[in-house]
Amino acid sequence: MPPLSIILWLPAACGVIGAIVSLLSRRGGASEFAPMPAGETSRPGGALSRISPAGAVALLGSLAALGLAIGYIADYSPSSHGLTHVTDVVWIAELGIHYKLGIDGLNVFMVGLTTLLFAAAVLAANLREWDRPRFFYFNFMLAETAVLGALLSQDLALFVAFFDLMLIPFYFLTGIWGREPDRVKATIKLVIYTLVGSLLMLAAAVATGVLAAQQGGGHITFVLSALQQTPLGKGSQEWIFLFFAAAFLVKMPAFPLHGWMPDGYKAMPIEVLMVFSGVLSKIGAYGFLRIVLPLYPEAAAHFQTLMLLIALASILYGSVIAFTQTDARLIAGYSSIAQLGFITLGIFSLNPQGAQGALLQMVNHGLVVAPLLFIVGLLAQRAGGSEDVRQMGGIAFRAPVLATIFLIVSLATLAMPGSSNFVGEFLILLGVFKAKLAIAIIAFTGVVLASVYALRLFIRAMHNRVGKDVQSRDIGLRDGLVLVPVIAVILFMALYPQLALHRSEGSVKTAVAGAHADATAPTGEKLASTK
Amino acid sequence: MNTLTLATTHLKGPHVDWAGLSPLIALLGGAVIALLVGLIRTRWVRAQLVPALTLVALGAAAGLSIWQWNQDKSIVSGALRIDDLSLVLNLILVTGAAFAVLLGWRSLAAREAAHGEFHTLLLSSVAGMSLLASSQNTVALFVGLELLSIPLYVLCATELRREHSLESGLKYLIVGAVGSATLLYGIAMIYGATGATDFGTIASKLSSGSLATDPLTLTGVALCVVGLCFKASVAPFHQWTPDVYEGAPTPVTAFMAVATKAAALGVFLRFFDVALLNVQGDWGPALAVLATITIIVGNVGALGQSSLKRMLAYSSVAQAGYMLAGVVVSTKLGVRATIFYLAVYVFMNMASFAVIVARERETTFGDSVQGLQGLGRTRPLLAWPMTISMLALAGIPATAGFTGKFYLIDAAVSGGYAWLGVVIVIGSMISLGYYLPVIAAMWMQKAPAGAGGSLAAAVPLSAPSGGPLPALAGGSPELDDAALAPTTETQRPQLEVLIVALIAGAATLFFGIVPQPLFDLVHHAGSALGGLF
Repeated sequence: MPPLSIILWLPAACGVIGAIVSLLSRRGGASEFAPMPAGETSRPGGALSRISPAGAVALLGSLAALGLAIGYIADYSPSSHGLTHVTDVVWIAELGIHYKLGIDGLNVFMVGLTTLLFAAAVLAANLREWDRPRFFYFNFMLAETAVLGALLSQDLALFVAFFDLMLIPFYFLTGIWGREPDRVKATIKLVIYTLVGSLLMLAAAVATGVLAAQQGGGHITFVLSALQQTPLGKGSQEWIFLFFAAAFLVKMPAFPLHGWMPDGYKAMPIEVLMVFSGVLSKIGAYGFLRIVLPLYPEAAAHFQTLMLLIALASILYGSVIAFTQTDARLIAGYSSIAQLGFITLGIFSLNPQGAQGALLQMVNHGLVVAPLLFIVGLLAQRAGGSEDVRQMGGIAFRAPVLATIFLIVSLATLAMPGSSNFVGEFLILLGVFKAKLAIAIIAFTGVVLASVYALRLFIRAMHNRVGKDVQSRDIGLRDGLVLVPVIAVILFMALYPQLALHRSEGSVKTAVAGAHADATAPTGEKLASTK
Repeated sequence: MNTLTLATTHLKGPHVDWAGLSPLIALLGGAVIALLVGLIRTRWVRAQLVPALTLVALGAAAGLSIWQWNQDKSIVSGALRIDDLSLVLNLILVTGAAFAVLLGWRSLAAREAAHGEFHTLLLSSVAGMSLLASSQNTVALFVGLELLSIPLYVLCATELRREHSLESGLKYLIVGAVGSATLLYGIAMIYGATGATDFGTIASKLSSGSLATDPLTLTGVALCVVGLCFKASVAPFHQWTPDVYEGAPTPVTAFMAVATKAAALGVFLRFFDVALLNVQGDWGPALAVLATITIIVGNVGALGQSSLKRMLAYSSVAQAGYMLAGVVVSTKLGVRATIFYLAVYVFMNMASFAVIVARERETTFGDSVQGLQGLGRTRPLLAWPMTISMLALAGIPATAGFTGKFYLIDAAVSGGYAWLGVVIVIGSMISLGYYLPVIAAMWMQKAPAGAGGSLAAAVPLSAPSGGPLPALAGGSPELDDAALAPTTETQRPQLEVLIVALIAGAATLFFGIVPQPLFDLVHHAGSALGGLF
């Protein structure tokens, strides 16, 4: 396989190349731009000539990245625990920052998910015309690079850099191409919320490097594997843990920190939201597994109950709000809060089953929520542009294929037995059972609630009386092209979740090992070990 | 005959290290030449040759600084120290000044004050800064500070027909004088306590027990802190900054923001980390608290400002607070982080000031955020540098601002001031509240009527809508001739301004991704202060 730098920088490079190609080809043609009415969800059936060169290059780039990611998944051997395909170059010697990338069981499927969803979203974006397409696709592809960077980086400072960078393209994507009203306000809210978390994380990350260097007596370094060798004292671990947790919980979002979510979801163009909800929210959960548990195991054990309670609150709050909402997007949004609550629950069960379930569920939720949001867009087209479920209804009437796809997605969302989501949630709950029985029992209600909101959305949109402005028509070929590959992966994962479980097992076990030991050790022994 | 031989043998003149003085000589020589050439009445000579000569002088100073690299010597009987710290600061100052000259090339300020005077003042101010950055005793420090300040008081008031500009100059003069007086008083007290003006001697006297806790010394140190804080616009001594920055002609503001800050922080490093190193326990916590106040006050003050210059003034207050963190810790790492941030700061700030200059000349909105609306569509070449600059000032990765902030936090945590690192990030959080709306205005809002590419609609701001202009003493005769006719010159495409914006923006991005050259530069500077570890 080629080095990881290629898959990392390929999307951004394609964004730049696409912009240049488009600039050159535009020179010859008309340079007038046609103002697009803001808030228009989609313009169906655009002629192929309307595809901007920038969009085409972006699509090629994202498909190539997807191909590479599939290659890495196929290449990854279930028996290997450590990093593979490592690239390790010193980036800033004075600060001990390395440009270190690597793939292991924790991120290999996340990389696959990211590239798949970005390819689908870029394809979806190509189906409509964008004002200023060069800048749009540049931002879109830069976002993919930043997300991949956060996933692949094996250096704490590099991770923080990519994690912060991730937000900038989304700032532009939402702010410029978002939906009225309040697009700018929502964007600034979104960015400030998430950057506040990220900046705290920056301070925490620097502190980790510096304190570890002071403790170990060596030169400062931010390479994760090196930091793991010199665990910090309990006091430092605790405040650093809280800073990291703030960043990740905002990103997810988790219950008390989700204030940006409703406005942000409403403002984002649906193609952008697909990747934002599908991938970015998982980076927070991934950060817990990759960074927090291995580096701050004692603090993770210390704050286990707090995190479990936050997760539980997210599950209940997200589920309950999800079935009171009428905006289809927000139903998806609040359901994400609930789903990410489950993921957090799994991670902070601090045992291998729970964490593995969480990892599987990260992939599953990404696979489910992206097509769900795309379908919301399709439904809105059929319901006179409204995303309100009260305006929908009866859309299944003349759209059997769309209904089938939607049903598959809905059933996967509610973790129907037989789906991969079922396996994920099962493992998570199993893990929590072992850790905290009471919390597991309450979390079960979340599973029930999930079926309520998922089926409610489906029934309100597809069945019921035909809505006033509803014009039911089946899914077009182009839209199908966006959905089918993702649905195929959902079905594949349902049949064969072991693919992900086997390959991630080793890495997940190593990631939670420290925290697991700290959490399960009897109190006396813990005291002895800290002394 | 005999007496003459005696004189030549015994009365040898003091040894003058011309090489060490050469950057200063280049600057002051350039100032004299610019002043004299500016007397020639040919328009071309004044408007084009004088700025060009100024750039040559700055270039020569930079070249001579590089020539003196790795010298490490004291000159002028120990008054000045030529080491890598002063040379790196020289380079930063000269870069900032060169950008300011380019921004001021066709500015109203330079024409109104006459080009010769404008550039002479600029060069002498740079000379003062250079002197300040290399000062090794309190007298040189004070002389440098005054040489820096006095030309700046005048420069602020160079838009003679704009009340705000005059007000700005006057305000700066009064506040600056108070600051200088306070500093001088502090210096006198330290001299009274230690009997020395030399930094090294002060340091060794203070290391011997009782003096370090002497009330006289402590009062002196406190007054010095206050005096220098006035210059570096550290809160709560920053109140003059927004008014002066807003009122001064924009090229001058840019120069002040960048170069004055570099010089002031430079002298902070020298004075506190050399002369007062042994009483670090006394001023360290105090300065840390001041840094915290500065970061909070600066960032909160910038929120909701509609004038970009005012916003950047508060932002510069906040940035001074960040950089103080590097001074507080008094380690080599801290010095390096401060210098690194200063270097980066030149580029970040110049990019945005260049865009403000361009928009001031193109639109009727002056330096208001409104003037930037829709810039992403109409003038992407201006919008990009501004965007990069705002992101860098906010500390977003892939820009040099991120690396700089990372370095400062690193220094703060390593020096045992982890909480100061947290304050820095809290400050950055608040700062998002004013940097992001600027970006939003450029990319996410439509251009207002009368702005955008329509240069024809623009009217030079200085020309009042009606009535005769007041006759002012001190204005250049050339301007009085042409004052009533709105000049078209200000409306031409501003190539040099665009170049400044692009270079500064590109540098901000470049040093964000490839910071190694700057790190190498800064590494030497950090090693220059011998007492630190």
